[in-house]
Amino acid sequence: MKQLTVISGKGGTGKTTLAAAFASLAENAVIADCDVDAADMHLILKPRVLVKEDYCGLEIARFDPKLCIECGKCREFCRYGAVTENLEVDPYSCEGCAVCTIVCPEGAVSMEKRISGQVFSSETRFGPMAQARLGIGEEASGKLVSAVRSNAKKMAEQYYKDLIIIDGPPGTGCSAIAAITGTDLILVVSEPTVSGIHDLKRVIELAAHFMIQVVVCINKYDINEENTRLIEKFCTELGTPVLGRLPYDDIATKAMLQEQTVIEYAKNSEHASESEFANQVRKIWAKVEERLMDIPDEQKGMKILKMKNFS
Amino acid sequence: MKIAFASGKGGTGKTTVSLNLALALSDVQLFDCDVEEPNCNLFLGFELEKVEDVICSVPVIDPEKCSLCRRCSDFCRYNALAALPTKVLVFPSLCHGCGGCTLLCPEEAIRESHRFLGLIEKAKEGSSPEFYRGLLNIGETMVSAVIKKLQKHIDDRKTAIIDAPPGTACPVIASIEDMDYCVLVTESTPFGFHDLKLAIDVVRALKIPFGVIINRYGLGGSKVEEYCKTEGISVLLKIPNDRMIAELYSRGIPFIREMPEWNEKFLCMFEAIKSQLAGGKEART
Repeated sequence: MKQLTVISGKGGTGKTTLAAAFASLAENAVIADCDVDAADMHLILKPRVLVKEDYCGLEIARFDPKLCIECGKCREFCRYGAVTENLEVDPYSCEGCAVCTIVCPEGAVSMEKRISGQVFSSETRFGPMAQARLGIGEEASGKLVSAVRSNAKKMAEQYYKDLIIIDGPPGTGCSAIAAITGTDLILVVSEPTVSGIHDLKRVIELAAHFMIQVVVCINKYDINEENTRLIEKFCTELGTPVLGRLPYDDIATKAMLQEQTVIEYAKNSEHASESEFANQVRKIWAKVEERLMDIPDEQKGMKILKMKNFS
Repeated sequence: MKIAFASGKGGTGKTTVSLNLALALSDVQLFDCDVEEPNCNLFLGFELEKVEDVICSVPVIDPEKCSLCRRCSDFCRYNALAALPTKVLVFPSLCHGCGGCTLLCPEEAIRESHRFLGLIEKAKEGSSPEFYRGLLNIGETMVSAVIKKLQKHIDDRKTAIIDAPPGTACPVIASIEDMDYCVLVTESTPFGFHDLKLAIDVVRALKIPFGVIINRYGLGGSKVEEYCKTEGISVLLKIPNDRMIAELYSRGIPFIREMPEWNEKFLCMFEAIKSQLAGGKEART
């Protein structure tokens, strides 16, 4: 089984549009929406939820007012500023470290389970899908991303799928790292704006940090062709392949309004530019597939070894 | 007054709007709190200087003193300590710096060192707006710590404009929780609308007064506008779906510089926010 993550650094460059299109082109894949705090993939793929589970991330401190002597030790030792002046826990700042349980002389603090969100296993018209919903104001988005990925993996095994397509979050922090670690290939969706270029460089660095192969595609390339050439130039210098260019087009929004992927939408479109857009996406996907095929499947390798041991 | 620009969905125009407002006003502070991908200075071109490092405490264990009692590794909620039969291993990158292991160790075998999470930078003296940003190190996960450190530089006597990161998770909460007002920047596409509702849930939970800016107005549909009307949410500004604005953005130019008619519109928006806050206060008293 192989895993592809679509990320971008900068938000709004077209990750979900592209990942959804890939879902409709891939023959045998599980889709994982790992942008858990602003998940949009379900708006296009309309998943039917099969299993829904609460997800508990970090715990949260709870103070028993009957035992509390208001010594303020908890507030003094909390490094996250999560104990208010009135000696109450601020749920938005508590990181569940439990230091307050150690320093409280009265044993008035206990750690409680905290439901940080829900994870879903679903089916869509393109195959199985794993997604999640982060609770309002909850921490632990990185952990929730890992939970979605482990669900996706389970489904891939269950339904004999050989690929997981992961729609990643923007940024380079906790959630983005959780979405890329241990994957086989990263596709960065960039755009030829000063921000797009800056953020592309940072995610390429991030991928290098975790030693994962990167390929790039440039969306809205015609908004600034000079910047597009700039991206292609430095990617070439880095040895990072640029798989394709997509034009600035309203097709993504139009398809979204119809709850369709751009591939589906273009089938019924009379505009040549829209069919051409879909063709370019197909070409990018073909190149991604080619890359994925070239990457050795470590897990498969391990399975074969195991079987050899048994026989 | 502290105003944050947040969005739910990424790429809706938070940075554009924060920059343009900061440039329209005088004597303001601008904070780039999208520390994972800070973009404001690409449009300002200020010379930046380092203000401070952001660090996180991490334990260092003295193997001579350690009695392998495992209290530290049993306690650590982040799996940053692993007790092996002969020694305790520390994984600094997983550590959140809570200090629990140091407090618990009966042998006083743990001392605290630190790792660098990122840094805070500011524009050289005399720049307008007064500009600060945080920058998270590549591979680092503790985003909120950098944001909180950055916001320590807010001067309460001035207007502070905060460019927040996308999403609704902890980095967003860290950026907006102490704000007087939050502007949610969205676009009228199904994704924009969906993520706007998530962002509204967050600002409502945090009890922060808010308003909405519809960017790329004309693209998508009228759902956002209808929703705001039904919910009684003020739409502060509509920015048209204009290729010229997109092209200026691509070149790193805040559009107010090339389209001066927008100066007035941003000032009006600022007045609208102030009167909304004043009205809210009256309503409360």
